Amino acid sequence: MELFLNQVFSGLATGSIYAAVALAVVMIFLAIDHFNFAQGEMAMFSTFVCWALLDAGTPYWLAFILTIAFAFAFGVVIERVLFRPLHSAPVLSHIIAFLGLFFILNNGAGWIWDFTIKPMPSPFPEGSISGLISYHQIGMIGVVLVMLALLFVFFRFTSVGLAMRAAAQNPESARLCGISVGWMIALGWGMASAIGAVGGMLIAPVVFLEPNMMLGILLYGFAAAIVGGITNPAGAVAGGFMVGVLENLVGTYIPFVGSELKLTVALVLIVAVLMVKPSGLFGRTTVTRV
Amino acid sequence: MAALLEVADLSAYYGPTKVLHGISFSLDEGGITTILGANGAGKTTTLRALCGMVRSVGQVTLGGEAITGLATESVAKRGVAHVPEGRGTFTRLSTEENLRLGAISRRDRDGVEADLERMYGYFPRLRERRQQQAGTLSGGEQQMLAIARALMLRPRLMLLDEPSFGLAPLIVQEMFRILRRINEEEKVSMLLVEQNAALALDLADTAYLLETGRVAMSGPAKEIVADEQVRRSYLGY
Ligand SMILES: Nc1ncnc2c1ncn2[C@@H]1O[C@H](COP(=O)(O)OP(=O)(O)O)[C@@H](O)[C@H]1O
Ligand SMILES: [Mg+2]
Repeated sequence: MELFLNQVFSGLATGSIYAAVALAVVMIFLAIDHFNFAQGEMAMFSTFVCWALLDAGTPYWLAFILTIAFAFAFGVVIERVLFRPLHSAPVLSHIIAFLGLFFILNNGAGWIWDFTIKPMPSPFPEGSISGLISYHQIGMIGVVLVMLALLFVFFRFTSVGLAMRAAAQNPESARLCGISVGWMIALGWGMASAIGAVGGMLIAPVVFLEPNMMLGILLYGFAAAIVGGITNPAGAVAGGFMVGVLENLVGTYIPFVGSELKLTVALVLIVAVLMVKPSGLFGRTTVTRV
Repeated sequence: MAALLEVADLSAYYGPTKVLHGISFSLDEGGITTILGANGAGKTTTLRALCGMVRSVGQVTLGGEAITGLATESVAKRGVAHVPEGRGTFTRLSTEENLRLGAISRRDRDGVEADLERMYGYFPRLRERRQQQAGTLSGGEQQMLAIARALMLRPRLMLLDEPSFGLAPLIVQEMFRILRRINEEEKVSMLLVEQNAALALDLADTAYLLETGRVAMSGPAKEIVADEQVRRSYLGY
């Protein structure tokens, strides 16, 4: 029983990492209706910016806020400079651009800050609650839930949030309503980048900071987002926790899976959920009449 | 009456293909003008050209201001509400969210709330379905929603692209009655594109006949409806 509880709690803790990344994935999906394969690298790059600020003596929460502002602007600029010119290009061009961005950021971070791993401080106290879950992990879960609440309020109760959903779903109709779709997309990129940066800053103290830190995590983030329903931020967070817990339990109790096959488990989970419920566990099924 | 919309020598292109060949027409403030024509004549393209949705050249003037070449959203912000072909429903949003989107460029919150009630007054079915995903509404309900969404902009000019398309005759009659009422009560000018010529000529005061991207005939709706050739080709009697 104690082993079980241990695994559940540590699953929740890793799950909050996936949840943070999944939230960014959902955010970009809501804005542009597809994935951004360079999302993890954008988060990693912003985390390095935070590290550099801290290294220069900036107090933690100031660095945290400056990094969020940087990440937001970074996302907007990438959209304006790189993806807006491609906006009517075929999907393949987008994928190439994502890949290009991926390698530029990955190598760029390595070139600026080199590839050695760096310890990243946590804003939360050290220690844990009876060895089950550390204060950093609790803090992480809290921050993810706060971000979720903010997003919920933004999309549900503000007219910019409504305009953004409209622009993603039906750009032509959105323009006819007077919405500047181009700016909505840029705003979505900015927000996704900022959310990713928060995730990165919280993940780095756990996995250490280095240019490849997001590789596996982004896959889990995709898994969580898809399991939870790609257009549903709350579903994505729930999906993140589920993937985290499941991965731990499977790794512990099903001997041949161990820690090597855990990633495979995540992928199998995606496929299984998509087969049973194509819109994700918490996604809304769209019914369309013509 | 002063002209609200003046269009001079408007041409439009899909890629290299020219589909509108320099058409000119005008629409009086408070009036209803209809553009008739067979399938493929260029009616939809005309409306799209006015809203900057296709590449076009020519002069378009709205209330004295040139709006040629403006972005679609800027045309909307100048008070032109377009009920597009295919209705343009935001299928994954609720009925009420669809309506609020129509008013999203407005800043008068109280006015928007009042207009929402007004729309539910015009279209009680929409009130019943206000929290429902708009994609689940019937064709007729989605057409009502499209018209109501356009009205939420408080437009000076409404562009309607075949609002009768695919709807049962009774629903079409109901809809045209509401359009007439909106025109009379709220002085919204309308540019109505229709294949259903009889209905359109009954509602409109002025009519233009479009044939392969050119204006083939124009005049007061009463005269057009009496024209022998129009009767034979478009009215079927
Ligand atoms: N997206 C498009 N690409 C290329 N040609 C088009 C497109 N849409 C319409 N056309 C062509 O433009 C002409 C006018 O079409 P349209 O304006 O839709 O006619 P209508 O609305 O009167 O039925 C037709 O010949 C049609 O084939
Ligand atoms: Mg048409």
